[in-house]
Amino acid sequence: MVKKTGVYICTGCSLGESLEIESLSKVATKEGKVPVCKTHPFLCGSEGVELIKSDIENEGVNTILIAACSPRVNYDVFEFDSVIMERVNLREQVIWSQTANDEDTQMMAEDYLRMGLAKVKHIELPEPYQGVNMVKTLLVVGGGLTGMTSALEAAKAGYKAVLVEKSSALGGWMNGLFKQVPRKAPYTAPEEVDVAELIKEVEANPDVTVYTGAEILEIAGSPGMFDASISQNGATITERVGSVVLATGAVPYDPTKLDYLGYGKYENVITGLQMEEIASKGKIVRPDGKEVQTIAFIQCAGSRDPEHLPYCSATCCVESLKQASYIKEQNPEANVFVFYKDMRTPGQYERLYQQVQKDGSIFVRGEIKGITEDGEKNLLIEATDVLSGATISTEAVDMVVLANGMVPTTALGEDFAAKADTEEDKKDDGPKPEVILRSNLLNLSYRQGPEMPTLKYGFADSHFICFPYETRRTGIYAAGSVRAPMDELSSIEDATGATLKAIQCMESSAQGMAVHPRVGDMSFPDFAMSRCTQCKRCTVECPFGAINEDDKFNPLPNPTRCRRCGICMGACPERIITFKNYSVPMIGNLIKSIEVPDEDEEKPRILIFACENDAYPALDMAGINRLKYNAWVRVIPLRCLGSLSLVWIADSMSAGIDGIYLLGCKHGDDYQCHFIKGSELAEIRLSKVSETLDRLDLDSERVRMDQISITDYDKIPAMLDDFAAKLEELGPNPYKGF
Amino acid sequence: MAHKSILVVGGGVSGLTAAIEASEAGSEVYLVEQKSYLGGRVAQMNQYFPKLCPPNCGLEINFKRIKQNPRIKFFTLSEIEKIDGVEGDYTVTVKSNPRYVNHNCTACGKCTEACPAERANEFNYGMGKTKAIYNAHEFAFPMKYVIDGSACLGAECGKCVAACEYGAIELDMSAKSFNLNVGSIVWATGWEPYDAKKVDYYGFGRHENVITNVIMERLAASNGPTAGKILRPSDGKEVKTIAFVQCAGSRDENHLPYCSGVCCMASLKQATYVKSASPDAKVYMFYIDVRAMGKHEDFYTKVQDDINMIKGKVGEISEDPETKDLIVQVENQLTGEIMKETVDMVVLATGMAPSTSSALDTISYDEDGFIVSQPGIFGAGCAKKPLDVSSSVKDSTSAALKAIQSTVRR
Repeated sequence: MVKKTGVYICTGCSLGESLEIESLSKVATKEGKVPVCKTHPFLCGSEGVELIKSDIENEGVNTILIAACSPRVNYDVFEFDSVIMERVNLREQVIWSQTANDEDTQMMAEDYLRMGLAKVKHIELPEPYQGVNMVKTLLVVGGGLTGMTSALEAAKAGYKAVLVEKSSALGGWMNGLFKQVPRKAPYTAPEEVDVAELIKEVEANPDVTVYTGAEILEIAGSPGMFDASISQNGATITERVGSVVLATGAVPYDPTKLDYLGYGKYENVITGLQMEEIASKGKIVRPDGKEVQTIAFIQCAGSRDPEHLPYCSATCCVESLKQASYIKEQNPEANVFVFYKDMRTPGQYERLYQQVQKDGSIFVRGEIKGITEDGEKNLLIEATDVLSGATISTEAVDMVVLANGMVPTTALGEDFAAKADTEEDKKDDGPKPEVILRSNLLNLSYRQGPEMPTLKYGFADSHFICFPYETRRTGIYAAGSVRAPMDELSSIEDATGATLKAIQCMESSAQGMAVHPRVGDMSFPDFAMSRCTQCKRCTVECPFGAINEDDKFNPLPNPTRCRRCGICMGACPERIITFKNYSVPMIGNLIKSIEVPDEDEEKPRILIFACENDAYPALDMAGINRLKYNAWVRVIPLRCLGSLSLVWIADSMSAGIDGIYLLGCKHGDDYQCHFIKGSELAEIRLSKVSETLDRLDLDSERVRMDQISITDYDKIPAMLDDFAAKLEELGPNPYKGF
Repeated sequence: MAHKSILVVGGGVSGLTAAIEASEAGSEVYLVEQKSYLGGRVAQMNQYFPKLCPPNCGLEINFKRIKQNPRIKFFTLSEIEKIDGVEGDYTVTVKSNPRYVNHNCTACGKCTEACPAERANEFNYGMGKTKAIYNAHEFAFPMKYVIDGSACLGAECGKCVAACEYGAIELDMSAKSFNLNVGSIVWATGWEPYDAKKVDYYGFGRHENVITNVIMERLAASNGPTAGKILRPSDGKEVKTIAFVQCAGSRDENHLPYCSGVCCMASLKQATYVKSASPDAKVYMFYIDVRAMGKHEDFYTKVQDDINMIKGKVGEISEDPETKDLIVQVENQLTGEIMKETVDMVVLATGMAPSTSSALDTISYDEDGFIVSQPGIFGAGCAKKPLDVSSSVKDSTSAALKAIQSTVRR
């Protein structure tokens, strides 16, 4: 496409009174030699927009640069089909944060216009990636409540589903239940188990293909084009699927590890699941046949215990209450004790708790000190009553039920990294590798490992509060208790939610668009393979496992797994990775377009690379609050700070820029980076550049990085002043003027 | 012929999520919000537990998703008047209340400079003031000013009209009703903080230094009325001793019989606000049970050493009339002793009451006022049950799929 560029400068919102618009226009017409440059006092008004539209229609303008307010506003007004469009933020990040009619403010505005011109020069309209033989069939792994719900909900929305269950029947743990916890108001009594109806519904649905007694041997490919090999009865079946819901659930915490509570030692100490089994048979009797008159529940048997499961298993309080309820219903005279740390019945489950209390169960807040057995195999519980501090011993109880918590299936298996690491990988001083256990659930053919990466305690969770379904394996969504400890009702909701995310991924992949957080982005990375040195940086650093490797370590990109963050682009030392609208040379030219005054002008320049998701809006916020900040700065937003190429540091230094400030998201355990480890990778890269700078006799303090959030805007002026003061101390960049 | 579009009622985190998630799967969505901005209650929060990260970060991403998505149309300052029809074919009457500011608004702020009238800042729960024409808050989306009709002096004043260079202010704007045809509805109207005045023995409204947990979020927020300093209302003194009183209304047959599910974690989080501002502050938390579900237990484990955790339901809070200090009386269930602790400020962990003000007979509620889903109309988030943010998002994503199913089924 031959570009015809139009520059449109708004003079409204005091831009006209705060800047010399004429000299600004000259930057476009004289320096940038653009054929069309117009100003308007109210560009976002209908007349202003019409002006642009008319130039597109009548003048053949196909590349537009709007110099006005922040791209965060008026997005809907400045929207034109099939043209290249960029915004130059003169309002929030120039006149609202700088002194009006000041030489420095004018220089800043002119530089931003130059940078905008340099950018549109490089941008090409992305063409969406087209996969081959793409399908919109959902694969659900795990045939319990969560998995069945997922498959059925997909079918009800008009999609086909393939459901793979390891055991010989669908239903999972629900099959073993006598009653289920209440799922609707008034939430006061257990309900009949309805899993059989659900199984029937799944089996009868023509859009759901069920494989029981089956396992996933391998999942290869990428969203829209996954090939799943399923083994069943010695045969291997291949199904092409578009996305995957991982619903393999959790297993009860191994009760044999709870010998301090008498499990394994005394036969009448049982688990919650065994209780269901006993109750399902009719009269509640203990394993030796004696009728149960007195029973004790021990909550947090393993959970909330640093020696066992440090987390709360979230369902055990309600499960025990359910069991207490049906025991009392069968035998109102039964004595039921519940030993607990905190009774955790959130939301409407409180009503079940109230009902069970009314029905006469006794709740004791105590730490169990020990359990012993008498001659008749009754159990004596010794506990410290936390309320009174006294040691209490119960009368002999007939049976003890341990509420033994849950462990996600993704937490079971050997550590993948421990074995897979080559000597070279071990030397890698990059970020900690993801935790992937060989849990034999998905068997992904991914360079990074065969299963979903897990977070703390082995849950395949996202760690994003706002985006619980965010996944580090595009197109694969965890649901139910494999993701977090959760009850039945939550599992049903979770399954339904994850199914929608899986559907979105199939729909977006089919159109060549990215999924969250860069939803709709059509660009994708292109690898100039002839220049690849097989260094593996891109494959190692991609947080989403998008890039596989062949046996010679050549990267094998999978565009539908890609999230378009550009981390691979920043990682590549050979700069072979580019997007149509985002590349190393593009940002390099932005840097070079900045006019750096001579040393004697005493106008240093600070380049800010800002994460466009958080740091950039924070800079806007500083402007909206009219906080004045340092006039030496020039801001370049990045898709993610992880896309930072070290070449840009060198480019900036050789252009005479005095200092570089990287503003990215918080990393560490509570990371806020939307691409999981982008800001952390940027920091690691930066630590490497310091040596280079030192060698060039450039103080490494000329490059600084800070983690800021979107609400830290009030700190920005001081942060910038502090850095500016440091740079003054260091003196001008010695390469200035070369 | 079934209507393919979906109506989402409520533009808080649940409604936003339902709308965006449905539209990203290909559906056309209308989003109706009562306030002048999207984001709801989470926009008023300082940090989320357990990551202690700012809600505006996630909202920014969600607004970006809306901006690039042509399939979502949203209406602010709007409410539902009437719903007719059945699953697959609803006619919904929406009433749009006047903003008095049209789409020409550039948010330049000149009107606010000119405006002589003031109003209590509702975004800060009445703390501080804004002009009658104002920007709801700095992160407000859409970034358009709005006039509080009850505070505005009207056309006789007209100073804002004169100040606006863009013809954006229309003081004679009036409410308008219009119909939408949709196939299904997601009801995500969220929650109200339970009225703490109803728990009269805790003295909210009588004792100046008894505040609620939602007010605490504004005090701790850097864009709040105290610029993030935790100062007590009576004299602006820095808070050195503070008591969090749990279940202030929740788990109480006389008030909210259910557990609000989030207040324990919210108070533990707010204790970190106090401790990070003033590490030697003395923090009490009076509770019945600490409900830190799942991995939230880690947060409880991490912060509890900084807090005097006392199991016991607070009986009464009285005020020293001279100092305005508060005396919290509670029976410590651990020791059996009656404790009387004097503190600078009390934060009542008031629970969530579902927002069910709208008297539409099409929508049915359970005995606690939570919406009960029906074919074609799906509850989501805290209108359905008390949930934290992450669970609300999950629930709303699931409601989005249910809503899509109603539009493809027939």
